[in-house]
Amino acid sequence: MKILVCISKAPDTTTKIAFTDNDTKFNESGVQYIVNPYDEWYALVRALELTENSGGNVTTITVGSAADEAIIRKALAIGANDAVRIDAVPEDAYYVAKQIASYAKDKNFDLIMCGKETIDYNGSQVGAMIAELLDMPYVSLATKLDVNNDTATLERDIQGGTEVIECKLPLVLSAAKGMAEQRIPNMRGIMAARTKPLTVIQPVEAPKLTAYKKFTLPPAKSACKMISPDNVEELVNLLHTEAKVI
Amino acid sequence: MILVFAETNGKISKAALEAASYGANLAKQNNTSCTLVTYGNNNDLNLFAKHGINKILQASALQNPDSAQLSKLVVAAAEKENASTIIFSHDLTGRAVAPRVAARLNAGLVSGAVALPEANTIKVNVFSGKAAAYVEVLSDKKVISVMPNSVGITTIDTSINIESFNPETGTAKVIVKETKKNEGEISLPEAELVVSGGRGLKGPENWGMIEELAKLLGAATACSRPVADIGWRPHHEHVGQTGIAIAPNLYIAIGISGAIQHLAGVNRSKVIVVINTDAEAPFFKAADYGIVGDAFEVVPKLIESVKKFKAAAN
Ligand SMILES: Cc1cc2nc3c(=O)[nH]c(=O)nc-3n(C[C@H](O)[C@H](O)[C@H](O)COP(=O)(O)OP(=O)(O)OC[C@H]3O[C@@H](n4cnc5c(N)ncnc54)[C@H](O)[C@@H]3O)c2cc1C
Ligand SMILES: Nc1ncnc2c1ncn2[C@@H]1O[C@H](COP(=O)(O)O)[C@@H](O)[C@H]1O
Repeated sequence: MKILVCISKAPDTTTKIAFTDNDTKFNESGVQYIVNPYDEWYALVRALELTENSGGNVTTITVGSAADEAIIRKALAIGANDAVRIDAVPEDAYYVAKQIASYAKDKNFDLIMCGKETIDYNGSQVGAMIAELLDMPYVSLATKLDVNNDTATLERDIQGGTEVIECKLPLVLSAAKGMAEQRIPNMRGIMAARTKPLTVIQPVEAPKLTAYKKFTLPPAKSACKMISPDNVEELVNLLHTEAKVI
Repeated sequence: MILVFAETNGKISKAALEAASYGANLAKQNNTSCTLVTYGNNNDLNLFAKHGINKILQASALQNPDSAQLSKLVVAAAEKENASTIIFSHDLTGRAVAPRVAARLNAGLVSGAVALPEANTIKVNVFSGKAAAYVEVLSDKKVISVMPNSVGITTIDTSINIESFNPETGTAKVIVKETKKNEGEISLPEAELVVSGGRGLKGPENWGMIEELAKLLGAATACSRPVADIGWRPHHEHVGQTGIAIAPNLYIAIGISGAIQHLAGVNRSKVIVVINTDAEAPFFKAADYGIVGDAFEVVPKLIESVKKFKAAAN
C-alpha cells in the first residue's frame, strides 16, 4: 500500500499569539513550530500502523520553506519512509492543494491522508480540495480507518452518533481524534531520519485565491464573578436572571 | 446571485437555517436574490420562506450522496443560477463539499465565517479562537462556509418557489454502511448547554453526578483530553484544540485546570462557569462565574439548586 501523508507545520500549542506590521502579520519571533498535531498524531501514525501490518510505503509531503525541514525530520523519525518538500510559502489553501495534487497525480497513491485542520488558520480546506482536483472520493473527519484489500472502512462522528463508511481505494481523507495514538520517536528513529530521503521540488504555477488582511485579538474578558461554595443557589439564580442561559 | 447549500434531511437543522439566513442577508446587502440548493425529499422546505430564500432547487432523486456528488450538484446549481457567492455551513458536510466546490470553480474559500462581509473582508476565528482574522477573497467567485452557532437566524419574509433540479452527479463512491446512535445523549457540537469534567473528578465512577446535572439542565456532557485519553470518557466528548471546538451558551467546567489547549476549544462559549478547588487555576481567568470548592461537595448542591429552580419554573 502506498500512502501519502500531508504534513503541515503549526505553532506550538502554548504559543502566545501576537501580530506585527500593523496587525497584518503573525508575529513569528520566538515561535516554536511543531508538526500540526492532527497530521502527526492521527494521520501519520495510522498510516504507519497500516503499512506495518500489511506492507507498503509512507511518504510525507509538505508545502513549505527550508525552515520546515525540522518538522519533516520529526515525521521521518516517527517512521515515515521518505519525504517531499515543495519549496513554496503556503499562504492559500488552493495554492497548497494544487501543489500536492500535481505531485500526487501520476504516483498511484492508495491513500492520501490529511489532518482535520491546521491549528493556526483552522481552514479545513486542503484535503477536500486535493480530492476534487484529483477526482477522488473524500471522507472528512474520520475517527477510524481500516483497509482490507482494496476497500477502506472508516468511522466518523455525526450528530448524535457515529457512521460506518466504506469506500474503494484510492481515497483522500482527513483524520480526527480517535484514529491513532501519539507516538514519541525513539533514538533509533531520530538517527535513521537523518539519512532518509527528503526530496525538494519546485512548485507549479497556481493562483492564490485568498489573503489575510488583518488580525485582531479578542477583547479581554471581564473579571470572573466569584460565588461562595456555601451559596450555590446564587449561581443558579445568576445564570437565570443575569446571564439568561438557563 | 447568492446560492446556499443546506442539508434538509429530517428536521431542518439550526445550521441549515443559519446558512440560509447568512445567504439571505448577503443577498440583501448586494441587492440580489438568494437561491437554496438541497437534496432528498423534505416536504417542509416552505420554512425557508421565513428566512429570505427566494427559490429552492431540490435534487429529489439524490439519496445518500457523497461529497463528490454534492460538489457536482452545487456546481450545476451555481451555473444555472449564475451565482457569484456560494454559502455552506462549516459542519461535517460543509467541510467536505465547500472546498471541493471552491477548487472546481477556482473560487477562493473562506471557511468558518463568523460575520457578514465588511469592507470586502470576512471575519473568521484563527489560532483556535485565540485571534480573529479578516480574509479577502481575490477571485470573482467566492465560497463562504459559516461557523455554526455564530451568525444567528434572521427572519425575512419572502415567497418561495420550489423547483425540482436533478443534474447528472454520477454514483456515490463513499457508502454509509451503518449509523450508530449515541442513545439518549444530546449531541455535543450542537448543544446549547454543556457540563464538562476533568481530571479533578478522580475517576470514571464519579461521572454519575456530572451526567445527572447535565440531564437536569438538558445539557450535553464533555471532558478534557487526558480524561478521554485514559478512557474515563469516550473520545467524542474531548473538547479543545485537538478534540472538538464548541460554542454553547453555557459551559460548566468541573475539575478542569483550563490549559491553553483546552480553552482553545471552549473560548467561544457565551458564558463559562468554573468549579475548581484551586483558586489559582487558570480557568478562572476565562470564566464568567467561579466557585472555588470541591466538586464532590459543590456539584451535589448545584444539582439540588437546579432541581428547586426547575420545580419553581414549572
Ligand atoms: C499539543 C497539545 C494539545 C492538547 N490538546 C488538548 C485538548 O484539545 N483538550 C484538552 O482538554 N487538553 C489538551 N491538551 C492537554 C492540556 O495541556 C492539559 O494537560 C489538559 O487540558 C488538562 O486536563 P485537566 O484540566 O482535566 O487536568 P489537570 O490539568 O490535571 O487539572 C485538574 C484540575 O482539577 C482540579 N481539581 C482537583 N480536585 C478537584 C476537586 N475535588 N474538585 C474540583 N476541582 C478539582 C485541580 O485543581 C486542577 O485544576 C493538549 C496538550 C498538548 C501539548
Ligand atoms: N503547507 C502544507 N503542506 C502540506 N500539507 C498541508 C499544508 N497545509 C495544510 N496541509 C494538510 O491539509 C490539512 C488541512 O489543512 P487546512 O486546510 O489548512 O486546515 C492539514 O491537516 C494537512 O494535512
